[in-house]
Amino acid sequence: MRDAPSLRADADALAAPLPPLMADAEHLASTMLLGDHGRRRSGMGEEFWQYRPAMPNDEARLIDWRRSARSDTHFIREKEWQAAQTILIWVDGAQSMEFASKGRQTKADRARTLAMAVAILLLRGGERVGLTGADVPPRRGEVQLLRLAAGLLSIGGGSTDYGAPEITGMLSKSRALFISDFMGPLEPLEAALTAAADRGVRGALLQILDPEEEAFPYDGRTVFESMGGRLQHETLQAGALRDRYLQRLAERKDRLAELARITGWQVDCHHTGESAQAALMWLFGALEKVR
Amino acid sequence: MLTIGPLGFTAPFLLLALIALPILWFLLRAVPPAPIRRRFPGVALLLGLSDDETQSDKTPWWLLLLRILAVAAVIVGLAGPVLNPRSEAAGSGPLLVLADGTWADARDWARRLDRIEVAVTEAGRAGRPVAVVVATDLPEGSLPFQAADAWLPRLGALSPNPWQPDDTLAGWAAAQDGDFDTIWLSDGIDRAGRDDVLAALEARGSVSVLESGRSVFGLRPARFEDGLIRMTALRAQPGTEALVTVTARGLDPAGIERELARIQTEFLPSETEIEIDLTLPPELRNRITRFELSGIRSAAAVSLTDDALRRREIALIAGRDDREGLELLSPLHYLEKALVPNADLIDGSLLDILQANPDVIVFADVARVTDEETAALTEWLEGGGLLLRFAGPRLASSDISRDLEDPLMPVRLRIGGRSVGGAMSWGAPKALRAFAEGSPFFGLPVPEDVTVSAQVLAQPDPDLADRAIASLADGTPLVTRKPVGSGQIVLFHVTANAEWSSLPLSGLFVSMLERLAVSSRTAQPDAAELEGTVWEASEVLDAFGALGDAERLRGLPGERLAEGVPAADMPPGLYAGADRRLALNVIGAEDTLAPAVWPERVSLSGMDVREETRFKGAFLTAALLILIADLIASLWLSGKLRPRGRAMAGLVAAALAFGAAPETWAQTEDEFALAATSEVALAYIVTGNERVDEVTRAGLEGLSRVLYQRTSIEPSEPIAVNLEMDEISFFPFLYWAVTPDQPIPSDLAYAKLNRYLRTGGMILFDTRDADTARFGSSSPNGRMLRQLARPLDVPPLEPIPDDHVLTRTFYLIQDFPGRHVSPDVWVEAAPPDAEQVDGMPFRNLNDGVTPVVIGGNDWAAAWAVDRRGAPVYPVGRGFAGDRQREIAYRFGVNLIMHVLTGNYKSDQVHVPALLDRLGQ
Repeated sequence: MRDAPSLRADADALAAPLPPLMADAEHLASTMLLGDHGRRRSGMGEEFWQYRPAMPNDEARLIDWRRSARSDTHFIREKEWQAAQTILIWVDGAQSMEFASKGRQTKADRARTLAMAVAILLLRGGERVGLTGADVPPRRGEVQLLRLAAGLLSIGGGSTDYGAPEITGMLSKSRALFISDFMGPLEPLEAALTAAADRGVRGALLQILDPEEEAFPYDGRTVFESMGGRLQHETLQAGALRDRYLQRLAERKDRLAELARITGWQVDCHHTGESAQAALMWLFGALEKVR
Repeated sequence: MLTIGPLGFTAPFLLLALIALPILWFLLRAVPPAPIRRRFPGVALLLGLSDDETQSDKTPWWLLLLRILAVAAVIVGLAGPVLNPRSEAAGSGPLLVLADGTWADARDWARRLDRIEVAVTEAGRAGRPVAVVVATDLPEGSLPFQAADAWLPRLGALSPNPWQPDDTLAGWAAAQDGDFDTIWLSDGIDRAGRDDVLAALEARGSVSVLESGRSVFGLRPARFEDGLIRMTALRAQPGTEALVTVTARGLDPAGIERELARIQTEFLPSETEIEIDLTLPPELRNRITRFELSGIRSAAAVSLTDDALRRREIALIAGRDDREGLELLSPLHYLEKALVPNADLIDGSLLDILQANPDVIVFADVARVTDEETAALTEWLEGGGLLLRFAGPRLASSDISRDLEDPLMPVRLRIGGRSVGGAMSWGAPKALRAFAEGSPFFGLPVPEDVTVSAQVLAQPDPDLADRAIASLADGTPLVTRKPVGSGQIVLFHVTANAEWSSLPLSGLFVSMLERLAVSSRTAQPDAAELEGTVWEASEVLDAFGALGDAERLRGLPGERLAEGVPAADMPPGLYAGADRRLALNVIGAEDTLAPAVWPERVSLSGMDVREETRFKGAFLTAALLILIADLIASLWLSGKLRPRGRAMAGLVAAALAFGAAPETWAQTEDEFALAATSEVALAYIVTGNERVDEVTRAGLEGLSRVLYQRTSIEPSEPIAVNLEMDEISFFPFLYWAVTPDQPIPSDLAYAKLNRYLRTGGMILFDTRDADTARFGSSSPNGRMLRQLARPLDVPPLEPIPDDHVLTRTFYLIQDFPGRHVSPDVWVEAAPPDAEQVDGMPFRNLNDGVTPVVIGGNDWAAAWAVDRRGAPVYPVGRGFAGDRQREIAYRFGVNLIMHVLTGNYKSDQVHVPALLDRLGQ
């Protein structure tokens, strides 16, 4: 378990190389809060958009005199319409996320780091980021980072074997990010996704797996236990189960992809053996995409 | 004891325990290995999956089988299994074990000893007294019957002998009294008198004969016919094909015995004899000491050679060979005719001939030899040479050996010689007097028609009588002889052709040459010839065909030797007589081999002994091994062996990779030689300091480019030379940068370097420190140079003189700068007698190339260029630096020119004088 400053430092380091993440603010009306998101049209904002000739109904104070002085007509300086997006992140805090094969990070650690990195990017982009399940409502600003970090750290060490996503407090038309191993029963996820889709929430599912879960390199007589010890399965030839296990895992991934496809979410699988950067890149793409 | 087939058990009741094995089957179906508990989030995916094989919920069947096998092995092992348990031998009463013990037994004597031991042990078990007798070495008196235990330790001392049992065997057998059974280990060779022995033994008790089925091979003595060495290989039993290899062994020039020739041939199934022909150059043939059938350890397979095979090498030298075409008058004609049939003649100059160390040198009318030749001849004579001189007009007219006895003449000569029976002289040509006793010619008949009409006369010195070994009817010496060291000088006072006497036309001449051992006799001496002589064994063969000393043997009368059949007092070997050596071989020239034929009534069996083998230990060991395997398997089953297994696999792979590595050396050596010799290449010695080596390489590359551009020397890429491994004789020039930390070469490398320096190579030693130190041991590099050069064959040195050829081989230079400008460059000193001649710009200096050039100017750095040809290191400053680099290059060009052209430019200084003379 790590303390908040180090978590933030890690996440800062991870987030540093990427440009501010521009989340898709598709439905401006539902949130209507100004952010740093250019809407590619003129409107309220801080960034310069274009000069246009002044119309008779324009207020005189809107005229840009510096530009107008260079020609005979009057110009008005328009700014880009900017809007902020609300993004809710859910990180699975169940015990199954505490698994780590030898010499690797636990899945929970990786999930927190990624969530924090995404949060940093989003906050820098002017978005409002919050956590579901840890009661951190979406807000803007640097201070929110500290709240998010504290919230993420409070999530860990859940009492259940497998977690279920929470969608409480999710604003309609906002965006969401679920990070979990999705090893538990899929019904709660299905329900959550359906409910989210009903509210017009789109987002991304990031499945984090340990390489051992992907390879199943076990042999011989073995008793497999869930991290909390509630589930048990004994086998005499673990090696013989490998193929069927992998098949089930593949089925599960297919199922996730299917759910995502139906609800308009995006899904990716990330392994703790790989670089977190790759996952962050994907998250960047998934949350930035304008549809 | 329970026996099943060839297998017996000492404690068979223990086998009952095997019944318990099926019970064990159930008992051993033990609980499976303890499970490993693993925390694994993916267990949710596993729920509901069942194992495929229900079997593996118990111990796997093969593990069970392994365990049962282990238990079975323990039970069987404890039951004491014995293979081929020996049943008690039948019979009672004393037992005689009679072994032929001839050379034919030698090949498998160890097996025969085993068989004897078995027979003795069996008799000992039955409580029978035993006597062991070798037929070629009969004990005195009655049979030495003793308890088996007393015989066993003595069996090892029995050995076969290289002769056959003699006729006394039958008489000995008949003389025994009392009843006894006999086991006769026959050697399988048919020989006379065997039936008598058998009859005598059968009169005492039962006789069983043991024979090994192996064929006996033999080799008859080699003879010399028509320029070929001809041998006959024999065998006793026809019927199969057999491949035999005859090797000729002898001393090599270094005196070490080794194989000189080898020939392989095959017996056809029907053959018992094959002829083998061998052609060998005389040098090899004369060195042969024996022939043998390789791979057969028996005296019969060895044939010693004596003087019969030896052909003497004779050098003929005539003082006068200017009269071409007059063959019958040639001083050597009759000698050649007499010697060619049984000697090898050598041509050449005297000094060359002496190198070949001939047996005899013949001087036909040679008067003078130079002092050098005299010294060489004397040395050769003292080593045992025979100098045979013939007189002639030149010798007669010269003043050799007139006042003082010439070292190469046996006597002093009187001026002029004499001529008798000619048209202008009194008297008739003189005949020969019969040879006196003590003369080597004693006993040769003197034909009446041999006359002498002219001769040189010996001065009547006090020892003339001793030295004359043949004389004319009037007593004047005709042949005189003087020993020199272990050799001798013989002078015929007549010519070697028929000018002065008819001696060379007679058969006596040939016999006399023979007696003088000028030509060797090829025929084996017959009994009459051997009569009255005494021969001493110098080396004898044992039954196994190995030569040994013959210390204890007495001298042997010639008559005995003439029988030619080896016996206890006359083992086969080499016998030395007065003037020659005779070989006595196991197989004579006429002998044949035939298998022994036994009558029907005799029980004949093979030699094979079926060993009693106890398996108790083996079974228990097997049980232990199986248990170890079980342990490993159990560990593996429970998954505790995995990582280590992988590590082992890695180790094995690494070992395999290592094994494949060292194979590239041989071919790189050839490549190296090709690269070094296909073009001129400058080479440098690897110091081990990478930076210095790189500078040197770049320097030589720069110098090579300059040479290529400016001169007709077109060197290829510089080559790095490792003194320890590479051949350096390919290179005309070696650059040796001295670093204080380079390794001192090994003695072998120094031998290579010295050979290199002596044969015209040059090494440029560069201490690279002329900027800080003067020549000497004042710097670490200088000290290292001293250390490096101490074992080298370096001549006296001096600083390069102004007129040294290095200053003008291509460019005219007087300075030898590199990166540093120091005048201290040392070369081989001029000879002390080199003097400046008036009018000559240069002294007439030493001929060769200086083997070393030593300096510290770091030339390589001045020469060094990079791949684009640009200088790598700065030299001097500005234009002066460029000039210095240019002079450095010129020094390099001069140096390589000097190496490759030697003193050529030295000779050029004579050109004005030569032109001057041509003009006249």
